[in-house]
Amino acid sequence: MNTWTHYHLAKTVDDALQALSSTQGETRLVSGGTDLLLDIQQGRMPAPELLVDLTGVEEMRCLELRGAELFIGAAVPLSRVAESPLVAEHARALTEAAGLIGGPQVRNVATLGGNVGHALPAADGTISLLAMGAQAEVAAPEGRRRVDLAALFAGPGQSNLDRRREVLVGFYLAARQPNEGSAFARVMRPQGVALPILNMGIWLRREGSRVVDVRVAVGPGGPRPHRSAAAETCLCAGEFTPERVELACKALLEDTRFRTSPQRATAAYRNHLSGVLMKDIIQRAWVRAAGQA
Amino acid sequence: MDSSPEIHLIVNGVPHTLPALPGEMLADLLRERLGLTGVKIGCNECECGACTVIVDGLPVLSCNYPSQRADGKSVLTIEGLAGLMKSQDGQPHLHPLQEAFVLHGAVQCGFCIPGQIMTAYGLLLQNDNPDSDAIRHALKDTLCRCAGYPTIERAIQAAALAMRTGQAVQAPSLPQSARPRNEVGRHHIRPEAVAKVTGDALYSDDITFPGLLHGRAKRAMHPHARLKRLDVEKARALPGVAAVLTAADIPGDHNHGLVIPDWPTLVGIGERIRYVGDSVALVAAETREIATAALELIEADYEDLPPITSAVQARQPETEAIHPNGNLLKHIKVRKGDMEAGFARAEVVLEHTFHTQITDHAFMEPECSVAHLSSDERMEIYVGSQIPYSDRAQVARALCWDEEKVRIVGMLIGGGFGGKEDITGQIHAALLCRATGRPVKVLYDRHESLLVHPKRHATQIRVKVGALRDGQLTAVETELYGDTGAYASLGEKVMTRATTHSSGPYEVEHVRADCYAMYTNNPPAGAFRGFGVLQSAFAVESIMDMLAAELKMDPVELRRRNALRVGSVTNTGQKLTESVGLLECIDKVDAEMRRLGGPEPFKPVSVPEAPHLLRVWGFAAAYKNTGLGGGAPDKAGAEVEVYPNGMAEVRTSSAELGQGLVTVLQLVAAEELGMPAEQVRVLLSDTDLTPDGGPTTASRQTYVTGNAARGAAKALCEAMTAYIAEKYDLPPDQIRFVEGLAQLPGGLKAIPVGQVAAEMSADGRPPRALFEYWAPATKPLGQGGDMHFAYSFAAQAAQIEVNTLTGEVKVLRMLAANDVGSAINPLGLQGQVEGGIMMGIGNALTEHFIVDNGRVVTDRLSRYRVPGIALTPEITSFIVEHPTAEGPFGAKGVGEVVLIPTSPAITNAIFNATGVRVDRLPVDQELILREMGRFA
Ligand SMILES: Cc1cc2nc3c(=O)[nH]c(=O)nc-3n(C[C@H](O)[C@H](O)[C@H](O)COP(=O)(O)OP(=O)(O)OC[C@H]3O[C@@H](n4cnc5c(N)ncnc54)[C@H](O)[C@@H]3O)c2cc1C
Ligand code: FES
Ligand code: FES
Repeated sequence: MNTWTHYHLAKTVDDALQALSSTQGETRLVSGGTDLLLDIQQGRMPAPELLVDLTGVEEMRCLELRGAELFIGAAVPLSRVAESPLVAEHARALTEAAGLIGGPQVRNVATLGGNVGHALPAADGTISLLAMGAQAEVAAPEGRRRVDLAALFAGPGQSNLDRRREVLVGFYLAARQPNEGSAFARVMRPQGVALPILNMGIWLRREGSRVVDVRVAVGPGGPRPHRSAAAETCLCAGEFTPERVELACKALLEDTRFRTSPQRATAAYRNHLSGVLMKDIIQRAWVRAAGQA
Repeated sequence: MDSSPEIHLIVNGVPHTLPALPGEMLADLLRERLGLTGVKIGCNECECGACTVIVDGLPVLSCNYPSQRADGKSVLTIEGLAGLMKSQDGQPHLHPLQEAFVLHGAVQCGFCIPGQIMTAYGLLLQNDNPDSDAIRHALKDTLCRCAGYPTIERAIQAAALAMRTGQAVQAPSLPQSARPRNEVGRHHIRPEAVAKVTGDALYSDDITFPGLLHGRAKRAMHPHARLKRLDVEKARALPGVAAVLTAADIPGDHNHGLVIPDWPTLVGIGERIRYVGDSVALVAAETREIATAALELIEADYEDLPPITSAVQARQPETEAIHPNGNLLKHIKVRKGDMEAGFARAEVVLEHTFHTQITDHAFMEPECSVAHLSSDERMEIYVGSQIPYSDRAQVARALCWDEEKVRIVGMLIGGGFGGKEDITGQIHAALLCRATGRPVKVLYDRHESLLVHPKRHATQIRVKVGALRDGQLTAVETELYGDTGAYASLGEKVMTRATTHSSGPYEVEHVRADCYAMYTNNPPAGAFRGFGVLQSAFAVESIMDMLAAELKMDPVELRRRNALRVGSVTNTGQKLTESVGLLECIDKVDAEMRRLGGPEPFKPVSVPEAPHLLRVWGFAAAYKNTGLGGGAPDKAGAEVEVYPNGMAEVRTSSAELGQGLVTVLQLVAAEELGMPAEQVRVLLSDTDLTPDGGPTTASRQTYVTGNAARGAAKALCEAMTAYIAEKYDLPPDQIRFVEGLAQLPGGLKAIPVGQVAAEMSADGRPPRALFEYWAPATKPLGQGGDMHFAYSFAAQAAQIEVNTLTGEVKVLRMLAANDVGSAINPLGLQGQVEGGIMMGIGNALTEHFIVDNGRVVTDRLSRYRVPGIALTPEITSFIVEHPTAEGPFGAKGVGEVVLIPTSPAITNAIFNATGVRVDRLPVDQELILREMGRFA
C-alpha cells in the first residue's frame, strides 16, 4: 500500500546500477518523481519494492561543454536547464521548453531524464531534445553506450530502456555554430491536463537564403515523439521563402498523424495549429541562425 | 536495501534524526512527525503549491518529495520563517512577507497562504526586487481559490521593498467607504490573519487526538446501479482495522439532506446507487494506509442500470425514476403580465439556447471531519462547516441521539463557496466513532472531494426576448433545465434563484420563466457562490448583447434603458423602494471603459506588432439577492459579552470561509459598543457556545448576522447604561461609550468598560446580551410582494485579447462596480471582488467538470483547472454605496454578485472580437477558431 518499501539514494551511476540489481522485486528509478510518484500514488503503476533515487548522482547533475558538445546530465533539475546560459546559447529550443514545464516548484525537482524516461509523445523536454538531435548516454552493467534519442521510445509511455538494468546518464547536443538556430513553442488548452495539445521544436542550419539542414519534431504526432522527414526535406528543397514554409506545413501533414483526443482537440484543429506553430518557430529559428557560417 | 535507515535533516534550524519510513513524503514527516501543520495539503498531486517548503534554498512541493531524499538537507517551513527575523530583544518577529500579507489583506481563508509565502520567499532569495512578471512566473502554480492574486502580488512587492530598504512594510492605500465611521468602513486587518501567516492556524486536518483512527468510505463508483451483494469480512479481518460499517449499522435515520432527506449515508443491499460517489461501507483503521487497503478488500456486486446523464433526459417520460417521487425535484414558475401581449408589442424578437457546465468549488482545503466522544459521552465533531446547526441535527438523527448530545465545533475553513453546506464526512466520522469508542478522522483527498461533494448545476437555458426598436424590453421568456444530480441538496433553492433572476436586472412588463430542476445520475449539485444566478445571467446577458446588435444600439445604453431602479417592479412582482445602485454601477464601469478604450470600446483593434491578436471590450450587468428570501424565515442569533479585562467577544454560529465575516462582526460590534476594533474578538461556530447564526449562504452574513451582532452589542450597551445609571444615579441618556470607556456626565471620571463588566458580574448581572435578529419577512415566489429584503447590483467590463491563429483568449483587464449598500470592511471587500472576478474567469475559461456517462473524468486537480495568478488581469474596482435602511450601517451582501457578470462580459467581448457567439461554457478555443472559418 505504501508508495514504495525501500529507498536508495544513489551516490554514483554504478551504485544505482547495483541497487537496481539488488532485488528480484519491482524496482524503479526516480528522479524528480513528478511523473513516477504520481503514477504510483494514483494507481496507474504498482508500488515498487525499491526506489532508486538519482538526484544525488553528481555525474548526472553536471551541465557543461565537453569539446564540441554540450552535456546535460539526466538529473539536472529543469529550473537549471531553463536558466542556464550555456543551454540558451546552444539549445534555445530546450531553454524554451524547459521553462514551460510545470511551475517553478516542479521544475526545481523534475528532470530531462524523467521527461524522456516517461516516454510520452508530446513531452516538452523530449520534443525539444529531439529537435536538437540529442544523443543519450545510457549506462548498463556491461558498460556505457550512446544512442540517438529517438531510439529510446517504444510507444506511448513505453521506453526502450530496460528499467531493471539501464540508467540514462545524460544528453549530448552538438554545440551551436553561428549559422544554426532553434526554437520551441506549444499551444495549451486552458481546461484539462497540463499537456500541450500541440508542441513543436525546430533546429536548423542556414546558408545564405537556404535552410541546408533542419529537424522538425512535433508532439503528439504519433505513438512516439515524432520527427517529420517530409517537412524537413521540403524545407531544404529550395530558397527559404514564405511559400516554402507553406509547403513545409502541408508536407508535415503527410507523415504526421494527428489524432482527435476527446475533450481536448480534434485532429483538424491540430492540423491547423501545426501550421501556425511551424511558421512561428521556423521564423524564430531562422533569425537566431543569422550568424555567418 | 535502504541507503540509510535514518534521515538526518535540519528543519527550521533544528537538527533531527528520524527513522526512515516506507512511502513517506516530506509533507507527512513535517506534519505528522514534527507537528508542523503549517504545511498544507491541498491536492497531494503537485498541482496546488500549498505544501511548498524550502529545501536547501529552493521551493519544492513537499507532498511529492520523498522524505528520505531530504537526508542531509535543510528544510524551512512557514513555522520557521518568523524565527529568521529575530530582533534585538531576541524574540521572533514576523517576516516582512508575513507582515505584508497581513497588512495588504492577501490572507482570506488562509489555507494556501503558507504555500504562497514560502514560494514568494524562494523568489526573494533569488530576486530582491521582483516585478509583476517575475512574481507571476514564480507563483504560477501556487493556487489560491480565494484568488486575491493582485493583493498577493502587491504584498510581495511591499515585502521586497521593506527588505531592500530595511524600512517597515508599507500598508496599502485603498479606497475605503465614502462614509467611514469610527470602525466600520475603514481598513482593518483580519483578527485571524497573523495565525494564518505563521502556520499556527488550525484547520480540521491539523488536529489530532490520542488513539485517533482514520476513517474512509467505500465509494460505489457506479453511476446508476443496484447494490446486490456486499462482503466486508476480509476488510474486517485486516490487522489494524477497528471497524467496518454498512447501512445495517446505522442506528438512526439512513438518509440525510439539507432540505429533503433523500441522500443515503450508506447505500444498503438491494438499494439504489445514484451516483459514483455514493458510499456503501465505512472503515476505521489505525492508519490511513490500512483504511485504504481495507477498502480494497471490500467486495461489492452491482447490477448496473442505464445512467441518466442530463436534466433534459431525466424529464422524458420513458426515463426511469431514480427517486420515489420521480425525477422532477421541482417545477419553478415565474409569471408576470401577459406574454402574448408582450411579444405582440415587440418590434424585435430574439431567441437562443445557452448551456452552462458543471463546476467544482475546488476550495483549497479538502473536507475533513474529526469525531470524538467527550468524557460525558457526547459526540463532538470538529469540522469546517458552513451550517454547524444543520450538521448537528443531521448527525443526531443518524445516531438516533438527542441534538444536545452532539456538539459541532467549527474549525477554520479553507474555503467553502457553498461547497461545505452539505454533509460530507460528519456523519461517517460520528458513526465510526460511536462504533469504536475512539476518535475518528475522516479526511477526503482531492480525488474524493472532486467525486463526492455537490457541484454547480449544469443548466440549459432558453431565452426569448421581445423589445421595441428603442430598446425597451417588452417580454422575456425563459425555460431552464437544471441538473441537480443524484440528490436534492439545495437544488430547489438554487434553481429558484436561477429562475427568478433569469430575465436579468431589468424591468420587464411581461415575464414568464419555467425551470425544471431534475434529478440525474451525475454528482449532486447544490450551493455554489452565485447560486444559480451565474447560470441564468450568462444567458440573459448574452442575449442582451445579441439584442443590442440587432437593434444597432450600444449594449450599455440598452442596459441603461431597462435597468432596475428605485420604483421598478421586478419579475416576481417586488417593488424596489430603496438601494438600487445599478445605474451608478453601469455608469462607473462605462465611463472607465471608454476612458481606457475610447468611444468605441466594442470594436476590435489589432495589436500593431502582432496583428493576429485582437483586443476588445465586453460588458455585462447583474443583480443578486441578499438573504434566503422566498418566505423562508431568515434569522440569526448572536451574543456579545464584555470581560473585566476590557475585551468584548461576539459569539455566533456563522462561518468564516475567508470572506471576512470575522472582521465584519468585529467592526459592527465595536462600532456599536464604542470600543476600538482591537478590543473585540469573535468566536464562531461552536454549537455549545455560540447561538445559531443560520446557514452561511446567500450573501446573508453581513446583513443578517451583522445585524444580530449589532443588536446584541446595542442590547449590551443598554444593559451597561442601565447598570451605571442605577449605580451612580445618573441620567441614562447622558452615558456614552467612546473608545472603550463609559463617558459620564457632569465631569465624572470615565469608567473603562472592563470595570463596568467586573462590577456588573460582581453584582450578579452578567455583562452580556443575546440578540436574535429576524430579517424583514419575505414572500414566497408566486405571491408577489417582497421576495427578498435586499439585492446587490453590479456591472463589469472585460477587455480581452483573442489570438486569431489559435483561438486562445486572454483577459487583460476587468472593471467592476458593485453596489454593496455600504462598505463595512473595505479590505475584505477588495478580496471578495478580486476573488469573485477570478472565479468568474475560471467559470468562463478554465473550469469544466466533465462527467462522461455518469463517470467523473475530472477527478484530479490536474484535470480540473482553476485559474492561477498567471491568468489574473488588471482589476479595477469601484465601490458603489446605495445603503439599505435595514442593513447594518446600510450594508447588504456582496459575496456573490461580484462574479456573476464576469463570464458574459468575457463572452460578449469574444463576440465583439470574432463574431462568434459563445453559448456554451466554458469557452472552447477550438470552436471559436472553427466558427471563424479558420479551419474546416
Ligand atoms: C504540475 C505538473 C506539470 C507538468 N507539466 C508538464 C509540462 O508542461 N510538460 C511536460 O512535458 N511535462 C510536464 N509534467 C510532467 C513531468 O514533470 C515531466 O515529465 C518531468 O520532466 C519528469 O521528470 P522527473 O524527473 O520528475 O521524472 P520521474 O517522475 O522521476 O521519472 C519519470 C520516468 O522516467 C524514469 N526515469 C527517471 N529518471 C531516469 C533516468 N535517469 N534513467 C532512466 N529512467 C529514468 C522513471 O523511472 C519514470 O519511469 C508536469 C508534471 C506536473 C506534476
Ligand atoms: S498539496 Fe502538494 S501541490 Fe498540492
Ligand atoms: S486564501 Fe488562498 S485559498 Fe483561501
